[in-house]
Order: sequence, then structure tokens, then C-alpha cells
Amino acid sequence: MRTDVKKINEQTPYEDLTEGLIMFAGATAKKFNTGEWRTNTPVFDQEKCRQCLLCAPVCPDGCIPVKDDKRLDFDYDHCKGCGICYKNCPFGAIEMVEGVEPPADRRTEA
Amino acid sequence: MSVTSIRERMSGNEAVAEAIRQVNPDVMPAFPITPSTEIPQMVSSFIAGGKIDTEFIPVESEHSAMSAAIGSEAAGARTMTATSSAGLALMWEELLLAASNRLPIVLTLVNRTLSGPININCDHSDGMGARDTGWIQIYAENNQEAYDNYIQAFPIAEDKRVHLPVMICQDGFITSHAVENILLLPDEQVKEFVGTYEPEEYLLQPGKPIAVGPYSISAYAMEAKKAQAVAMENAREVIKEVADRFAQMSGRQYGFFESYRLEDAEYVMLIMGSAAGTAKQAVDELRESGVKAGVLKLRVFRPFPEKEIAEALKNAKAVAIMDRVESYNGNCGPLGSEVTAGLFRNKVFIDTVCYTYGLAGRDFTTDNVKEIFGELQGLVCEGKQVPHNRYIGLRTREEQ
Repeated sequence: MRTDVKKINEQTPYEDLTEGLIMFAGATAKKFNTGEWRTNTPVFDQEKCRQCLLCAPVCPDGCIPVKDDKRLDFDYDHCKGCGICYKNCPFGAIEMVEGVEPPADRRTEA
Repeated sequence: MSVTSIRERMSGNEAVAEAIRQVNPDVMPAFPITPSTEIPQMVSSFIAGGKIDTEFIPVESEHSAMSAAIGSEAAGARTMTATSSAGLALMWEELLLAASNRLPIVLTLVNRTLSGPININCDHSDGMGARDTGWIQIYAENNQEAYDNYIQAFPIAEDKRVHLPVMICQDGFITSHAVENILLLPDEQVKEFVGTYEPEEYLLQPGKPIAVGPYSISAYAMEAKKAQAVAMENAREVIKEVADRFAQMSGRQYGFFESYRLEDAEYVMLIMGSAAGTAKQAVDELRESGVKAGVLKLRVFRPFPEKEIAEALKNAKAVAIMDRVESYNGNCGPLGSEVTAGLFRNKVFIDTVCYTYGLAGRDFTTDNVKEIFGELQGLVCEGKQVPHNRYIGLRTREEQ
């Protein structure tokens, strides 16, 4: 039954799909850009940020990458704009702006 | 092959608990509800006494019980649970997921009416309510059948051609609490029959990540449902194979249904569960007075053996179809609907009369059975019309 999921597409007959639609792959959620669901967008102000890292663990979608004890900019491909990070930031370093698009200079490459 | 049996006497609940002890499943999440409470209670005692090493999860509701069962089975553990009535109703959402995720969970259902009015006694409204959830459903007449069906459930569910959950049903109190003689099988024979559970794909396999139950867009969901329906079709063949293998071990042969004095029967009662015993007793008495009566006792309700039923009934003059549930559909119960549709589709045009009996523990007696056969004879011989979906044993103004 183990199948290369890349070989399955919308033209695949029912006999060739996996049982119970099991996905034989890991971390496939990354390929789904849930960032498109956003109606409000968080914007990160590097000047105000003290790198306390209270924001990263509260993000339900893991969209605040941390490297070498420092948070990086948002993963806008997957951030749904819930605003939990904004509520949690003690330093006002996260601002919510209206709309799905982050400021032009912040759009990450897909 | 010689058959080894151990003579015992026990209730239906004890019989199923004994089967669970012999199978020693990996996980049992359960929440107590009358009349199935004894089953998790007895399994807990077996665990406490070191007789089995099943992981018992005392959950906070049946919704959680079935959720835990799904998680556990998907993780790769042989999983079972027990429930009744409102407990099964509370599992409803998860019952469908267990089936669509193709998880071979075994649930032992002790049939009890669904509220309301609130009542703890037997009818089939719980099991029939779950008839379209994608579970295989097998009904027992007595403790022996509950035990035998339970042992057969795992090899049916876990067969690669099937991979569907199985519900093993017995009648609340009538079967679950009445102590009767029973023939048990030796532990090692049951263990060998059921075998070790070796799932092909499961969650807890390091280096082989899978996702179970992913969201499915419309481009895939209908195909998934078709594949699931095919698995239910495949179950027919597997149920027969497992029954044959069970017969070799036990000497007891099972099929989709039991044909009791059906060979030359002109008048037939089609019935499911413990009341079949009552029907058989009445048929024996009717035969003595020259009535060619017979019983078709349905064992496998899902998948529904419509072709085989039609074949078995084709030479009868009339059949009484007995539902132990009110469907509130303005027509008749599920057996009434499905058997008549099956007869029609298979071009068997005999008289059929649907009845409702035994709701919420209402007694069903041999006199009731004889009265029904009398109505069938009146219909066939004298053209006397019988009301559609009459309630048996109901108090009415007219009768008082």
C-alpha cells in the first residue's frame, strides 16, 4: 500500500488511492500555504524587539522561526494572522496591519 | 479435526469478557454504561489479576472512548471497546472516522434502546442507528454466538481486503445477563485463531512517517468513500472464510444467517437477535400442527446479504420481517425496508409483512410468533389484509 504520494493526483482512479487516504510522507503541511487565509497580518519591528522569545512558542502554526536564540521574521506562507503573538509581545514589537499582504519589503520567498 | 471444548455456564457479558481475556487485545478504552458495564469491569479485573496485559484507558465519555480507540489503532495497537445505547450514540462521529480511516477496531455492543423515553432494556435502536457508519455488524442470538462472533471479529476486521471496524452485538439483559450453558475454546486455540496483530502501516514506525485521516478535498473524498464501500463488499467473502475456519476449530458453522426449518417453509419469520430463539420454539410447535413455518435468523446485518436472503426466501409464500426498532420514517424499520428492497431487486415477489416488536424490553413470546404466522396464513390463504408495521404486544383501545 505504501505509495509515493507525488504520483497521486486529481486524475488518479479510486483503486489507486491509498487506503483511508493515508499520506505516506512527513511534514506535508508545509506545502500548503495557509498564509492565504489571513485577513490581518503581523509586522515585526526589529528595533523594539528585545528577543525575549515569548512570541515564538505561542504561535499555533510555528510561524516564528528562531535561530541562534533570536527570532527571525514571520513565515508569511503559513501565518494565519491570528494575532496571538501580537497580544503576547510585552514590548509592542508586533503590529497587526489590515489585509493579507505583509509590507512589500517583508514578503518571504515561497 | 477433533474439537476441544470446555463446558461452562455464563452470561453473555461474561462470555464476551472471557473471549477478550483469551484474545488479550493491546488497548481497551471504555466508559461504563448499562447493560455492557460488566464487560470493562471484568476486563479490568483480568488486568488487575495479571491474567492479561491489555492497557485499559478509563476515559471520561464514550466520545473519548472511540477517539482513544481510533488513536490507539492508528498507532498500531489491537484495540477494542464495549458500549450500549446512549454510549454508542455519543460515539457516532468517531464511528464514521474509525471506518473511513480503515481501522480494524472491534466494538462489543450490548443492545439497549435509545432514549427517550429513558429506558435501559433491549431493543436494536442503538445498533440500527449506527447502521450506516461503515461498521460491519454481526448480531448474536445467545451467549454462545456472542462469544463465537467476538473471536471471529478480529480476523475479519484485520484482513487486508477489509480493514474495517466490526461491531459484535448481543441483546441487553436477555443475552448479556442471562446465564446459559456455553462451550468455550481453549486459550491457545483462540490465540492461534486470532493470531498476532501485525498491521502493515501504522503511526508508531520510526523513519516511516504517515498521516492518518487527512483533510480531503472534493477531488478525492468521493473516491475514498467508494474504496471504503468496496472494502465492505469484500467483507462478505472474508466473513465466510473466517466462519469456515472457525467451524473447523469449534464444530460450529456460521453464515450470513441461520436457516431454521427453512428448506420447505411456506411461511417465514425473518428476525435478528435473542428473539430468534423464541421464534424457533414457536416454529417447532407450529410444525407439529402441520404449518410449514421457518425462521431466517439474520446474523450479518452489515454487509447486508440481500442476494442470499432473496435466494433463501424465493420459495416461501409470505415472510414476516421483524424489526426491534422504530425508525420514525412513516414506513417501517430497517430490516423491513432493506429486506423488501432486496427481494424486489432480486425479483422475488412474495408477500411481506413488516412488524415492530420488543421495543425497550417489551416481552416477545411464542404466542406472539404464532399469532404472526396466523396472520401470514390468513393473508396468503384468505386474502385477509394485515396492517403495515403493526406493533406486537401493544396496548390499544380497540383491544381493551
